[in-house]
Amino acid sequence: MADLTLIETPEPLDPASPLAVRGLTVSYGEKPALFSLDAQFPVGAMSAIVGPNGAGKSTFLKAALGLIPKVSGEVSVFGRDADRMRDRIAYVPQRASVDWDFPTTALDVVLMGLFGQVGLWRRITGQHRAHARACLARVGMEDFADRQIGQLSGGQQQRIFLARALAQDADLFLLDEPFAGVDAATEAAIIGVLKSLKAEGRSVVAVHHDLSTVAEYFDHVLLVNLRRIAEGPVATTFTADTLAEAYGGRLGAVQIDALALQGG
Amino acid sequence: MSGFLDALLFQAGYNAALVALGATLLGFAAGAGGSFLFLRKRALVSDAVAHATLPGVGIAFILMVAFGGDGRSLIGLLAGSAVSAWLGLLAVEWMVRRTRLPEDAAIGAVLSVFFGLGVVLLTVIQGMSRGRQAGLEDFLLGSTAGMLRQDAILIAVGGVLIVGAIWLLRRPMTLVAFDPAFAAARGVDVRRVDLAMMGVVLAVTVIGLKLVGLILIVALLIIPPVTARFWSERAESVVWIAGAIGGVSGWIGAAWSASAPALPTGPIIVLVATGAFAVSLMLSPARGVVAAVMARRAFQTRVHRRQGLLALARSEPIHDRLTLKILRNEGFLRPDGVATEAGQRACARIARDEQRWSVARRLHHDTGLTGRYDGLTPITDVFTPDEIAWIDSNIASEGAA
Repeated sequence: MADLTLIETPEPLDPASPLAVRGLTVSYGEKPALFSLDAQFPVGAMSAIVGPNGAGKSTFLKAALGLIPKVSGEVSVFGRDADRMRDRIAYVPQRASVDWDFPTTALDVVLMGLFGQVGLWRRITGQHRAHARACLARVGMEDFADRQIGQLSGGQQQRIFLARALAQDADLFLLDEPFAGVDAATEAAIIGVLKSLKAEGRSVVAVHHDLSTVAEYFDHVLLVNLRRIAEGPVATTFTADTLAEAYGGRLGAVQIDALALQGG
Repeated sequence: MSGFLDALLFQAGYNAALVALGATLLGFAAGAGGSFLFLRKRALVSDAVAHATLPGVGIAFILMVAFGGDGRSLIGLLAGSAVSAWLGLLAVEWMVRRTRLPEDAAIGAVLSVFFGLGVVLLTVIQGMSRGRQAGLEDFLLGSTAGMLRQDAILIAVGGVLIVGAIWLLRRPMTLVAFDPAFAAARGVDVRRVDLAMMGVVLAVTVIGLKLVGLILIVALLIIPPVTARFWSERAESVVWIAGAIGGVSGWIGAAWSASAPALPTGPIIVLVATGAFAVSLMLSPARGVVAAVMARRAFQTRVHRRQGLLALARSEPIHDRLTLKILRNEGFLRPDGVATEAGQRACARIARDEQRWSVARRLHHDTGLTGRYDGLTPITDVFTPDEIAWIDSNIASEGAA
């Protein structure tokens, strides 16, 4: 019995990190979507989650938030259980998940972001409305406050979702493909807001599908395809080798070289 | 007729007034509670819940008779119906979660099985020698005839309690109906909110059994919210407008049925609500049929006016008779087909607009703005005055070159 070595209790996940996971496995049925994933995002930075379709990027965000059950692994948000940190996490889901004919105005949607403060009972006051309008102004949508959301363009809808997250005054922003299907003006407006969040010391983690803008927008990158392929600062991590490993044959060698050059 | 008016004004006696009050409150609860179901796109689940009440009514009657009662206690019958409706609801949820059946198929299966069982039980009960079976079939279509005072009070109090529960739960229910993923991320327990929503529906169904009947209670849950949607773009208003429509329908329906006791109450209440729906369908300013026809007309007129003026500006002949008619009616064209002074001014304006658009689309780099060119929208609606001035200076320099 003497030669059995005791497995040490692992170090706790870094409490400074806004979002850290270890050994995260998530499965739909018996097919894992993520397998034993480790990741640790830096505080006060903009981080991208990059990988091919079906690599588990959105699944990662949902599992980190506890929206879908995990098979194994641990998730820590600022060193604590994500369930207890809900007010400090703002989540912007994919735009497609909503019924756009729902009877609600842009301002109402942003007010939903105040749910944590208003709760079940308290009245929505003029102060709450003023705060919501200020969030709309921050994404350039103050003139659209009273529009029913179905009357807005795709880019404008995405900005409303971002304003709802802003209203929450969170420290960690999780965005699922915020630039999917939006116009150039909206992309510029959203990235401007995200950079201002970073300047305020908040952390942003976004699932991102456009490889050509990773180096321009983000500081930190997690390349994922079922497992973690690579993670670290964009400058050193977003390379031809890691891209080839994450995307396999799906990206041509020429494409990869061009992207990695931009990043390097 | 005077009987109907008396009942409407709560003047047809204490009992009738209580029944009308109960119907109003129940209608309000059904409209408001049904709104969340409608917004969550699960309206049909209420049909399964309603039909699943019937076996509970039968079993409760048999049990009460077996223990020596006459089986007429409304509370006892409603308690039985609530239990079997809950089982029906669980059956639908279970099938959707554990099998590959879609929700509509699960609803159909539960609805028919439970209703079939209920009809069998009622037939058995008709053959029983003990108990007072008369009146049980009122649970199918609803009736105010022979309703006891305590029954009416039960319905009224139940209605108030349900409305209170809806008011308390309105925020999480709206949040879950609109964006369940976001609600879950905010720490709202979506499954429990959904269950609470179903609990409200179940309570409305059970409380409304005697008055509206299980076959038509689903209409009172669905028609008011669908009607209210015609009048508001905000969820909170939809809920309370639907409550008001349901309340008025219940009130008028109960009064009507009190003045003509042979009529079943449920169908009358539902017909009143349907009347409100038909009026809204036609006349709603934003979503109604009339408004849609008028908007289409206005659009068609704009297209023909613009096409006609463009043709005039280019001195092309106009053959379309509607175009000619519109230009003449608006004073742009003389009867002999020559442009009036106003017509010439309009032509010049439109020609300049087209020229500005063509330059803007060539030179301006924001496709979000230039993409709004559709042949109809004036450029001044899209670009700011300083941008228009810039476009005009480009036109001038191109003309000079």
